[in-house]
Amino acid sequence: MSKTVKLKKGLDIRLLGEAERVTITLPLPTTISLKPSDFHGMIPKMIAKEGSHVKAGEVIFCNKYNEPVKIVSPVSGIIQSIVRGEKRKIMEILIAVDASQEFLETPTKDLSTLSGDEVKETMLSAGLWPFVKQRPLDIIALQDNAPKAIFISAFDSAPLAADFNFSMHGQDADFQAGLDALAKLTAGKVHLTLNAKTANDAKFEHAKGVQINKISGKHPAGNVGPQIHHIDPINKGEFIWTVNAQDVAIIGRYFITGKYDAHKTIALTGSEVVAPKYYKTIIGANVSSLLKDTVKTGGKVRVISGNALTGDKIDADGHLGFYANQVTLLPEGDQYKFFLTTGWLGLGFDKFSNSRLFPTFLTPKKKFRLDTNTNGEERAFVVTGELEKVFPFDIFPMQLVKAAITDDIDGMENLGIYEVAPEDFALCEYVCTTKINIQDKIRQGLDLIGEECM
Amino acid sequence: MKFLENILHKMEPNFVKGGKLEKWNPLFETLSTFAFSPKTVTTKGAHIRDGVDLKRTMMTVIIALIPCLLFGIYNTGHWAMVAEQGNRDLIFWADQSTKILLGLKVVLPLIVVSYGVGLLIEFIFGMFRGHSLHEGFLVSGMLIPLVMPADVPLWMVAIATAFAVIIGKEVFGGTGMNIVNIALTARAFLFFAYPTSMSGDKVWLAGKEVDGVSGSTALGDLASFMSDKPVFENLDAYTSNYSLFDSVVGSIPGSVGETSVIACLIGAAILVFSGVGSLRIILSFFVGGFVMGLLLNLIGGNPYLDLPAYYHLAIGGFAFGAVFMATDPVTAAQTANGKIIYGFLGGLIAIIIRVLNPAYPEGVMLSILLMNVLAPIIDHYVVQGNIKRRLKRIKTA
Repeated sequence: MSKTVKLKKGLDIRLLGEAERVTITLPLPTTISLKPSDFHGMIPKMIAKEGSHVKAGEVIFCNKYNEPVKIVSPVSGIIQSIVRGEKRKIMEILIAVDASQEFLETPTKDLSTLSGDEVKETMLSAGLWPFVKQRPLDIIALQDNAPKAIFISAFDSAPLAADFNFSMHGQDADFQAGLDALAKLTAGKVHLTLNAKTANDAKFEHAKGVQINKISGKHPAGNVGPQIHHIDPINKGEFIWTVNAQDVAIIGRYFITGKYDAHKTIALTGSEVVAPKYYKTIIGANVSSLLKDTVKTGGKVRVISGNALTGDKIDADGHLGFYANQVTLLPEGDQYKFFLTTGWLGLGFDKFSNSRLFPTFLTPKKKFRLDTNTNGEERAFVVTGELEKVFPFDIFPMQLVKAAITDDIDGMENLGIYEVAPEDFALCEYVCTTKINIQDKIRQGLDLIGEECM
Repeated sequence: MKFLENILHKMEPNFVKGGKLEKWNPLFETLSTFAFSPKTVTTKGAHIRDGVDLKRTMMTVIIALIPCLLFGIYNTGHWAMVAEQGNRDLIFWADQSTKILLGLKVVLPLIVVSYGVGLLIEFIFGMFRGHSLHEGFLVSGMLIPLVMPADVPLWMVAIATAFAVIIGKEVFGGTGMNIVNIALTARAFLFFAYPTSMSGDKVWLAGKEVDGVSGSTALGDLASFMSDKPVFENLDAYTSNYSLFDSVVGSIPGSVGETSVIACLIGAAILVFSGVGSLRIILSFFVGGFVMGLLLNLIGGNPYLDLPAYYHLAIGGFAFGAVFMATDPVTAAQTANGKIIYGFLGGLIAIIIRVLNPAYPEGVMLSILLMNVLAPIIDHYVVQGNIKRRLKRIKTA
């Protein structure tokens, strides 16, 4: 039974710099990086040694407290360095990429003959498991829990997000194989949720073995969070797994070819990009070749691996995150702004606001060049009702955030912490007058719940 | 503006931690962040942020208060002239410039005292706590003079403001943490500490009173219906003396900013359109008052109880309270449904106190203060409803 969901709440932040529908294939980067911080809560245990040579698909590190979950190298190359931070915490593993790529090849198996446990074993040992995330907690799925359903969103509604209809065009077989593999992992359904407002690619529209749902509305309609909430909500004690659409194709490709091929197409977007386009590259790739000649000069630029709302800040010679489907370049906002011109009392035609305190509502088509300034100082919660406007859940966002800030475990449980991930609060963080890092607070709340209740 | 920015830049090292004027950092920060939005950038999470901040939000409330303030100045001037000349039948719209001057003479000192005392206390607390001035008092400081009778002595305003800021707000942790509305706390303090200066016939006209001119308000005269010695014989005599039109325009004696319904509604339009004030609260407050008025009409038996319900919405501080006091987001209910209940009960109780309690001619202040205290309970039950819905899902699943 397919479902159609209409979201009334939400906000599409209209940023300049949407990627043009042209794909450029980048040569292999000189280095790639794997960052344990991309896998929240994982303590890495190194398997490969510094200086040793690894093939694409060979294990680099695993989860110290859940060793079957392994992270493998997306490329073949030499482990150049293991960058450590305070207390010898592993920050990232840099791999110098070989000129010619060797893959760790495994014999291909016919998916239809495999049992659920065999698929799980294959995915764990091949390093495909980190693509599967679980709710509650928004971490890599714990393989021993039985999920009641698996959710895949066929589109991303975040600002300037890559359009999977375009970027994954032609990967029909890979995607379907990925869906078939995932379907073996759950006794419940695999839900594929499509954008009700656009024409969808055939691989999404005609996907087999899944329940196809449609959702319409503003961001965060493309996030799995609201989709789960309105289609098959999580109750305490239940688990739902989620996978990014592009990662489904990577999983499928492995089952077809027997190789871990971590190529994906990312969108280079944002107001500071000369000509935003799509680029075919690889997980963890160094972005310096991507940013060469594509960044507008004049003024500092923030490079974000991911979208403007949930991405991670990286250096101009940094590396893509594990889950990133886009790179966003925004102007840094580290300038003082005089209060009557561009500051808090100015007319504000350059500011995008969900409230009518700025004339954004007069220019409903205009796209904005927003910088990274916080546009104000941190304050206590004063204004009420603004988070609710962008939070399409039957959950009280402000009350839940407050429960998370005060480490109120009962409060968080009652108010629905099991259903949310930090990314669902990204818009709340955007609109909130307090300028508090709300996603961070929710993350801390989830960590506490993970320690105490799971 | 580069020039000013450079000066601030140069001064900044003195005020940061370790600088020689470190103690004065809150003051420096307040002034510099007023002139220039700071250059702080996001670090993680949402890399971009909405343009809105608390400064702009609070400034919008002040803009919404301007019609009430301007009308209040004129009205105060008018009644000061009435007192001066001993003639209650002066034409309201004549002698404008004189009235404006007279009004300014009364209202400006009230504003100066309120802001002066309040901001000073906020700064002192800010320095102890090491944070800059938070914007909450910008609005409270304007509201306090507007809810005072014109004739209130300035020292009383100073004490009331100090009481409200310290006991009403700072002891709870400052802006955003208070339980009851600051401006109403100030007014309630004076109301109970100096009752003779806050009610009765004498206080509503600024300046010396001439024999034979009463500064009685519509509410005072109405309340007398409930006593043995009514001012008017019957309701018709009352309505011919205080027309509904005068109440709506606001050309009647009363607290400085509260009298004009039109000015309040202009403010309400600004607040609701900008999204700063809650339409739910304002509307349900009016509905609550109207419903109670109708109920009293049903009971009847006395001219005050028979007063048409819509009169209640126009007289006294009802409109001002609904628009500017009940909507204070910190002290009001915070959930959408909670706001409707909160507003409705607020309006309802305001009329109950006004009509049925002869000791207090006006009930809006007490009613909103009571609802401020009850707001967390209302929210609690609204949130419980949501929690129950989630628990039910488990049971049915």
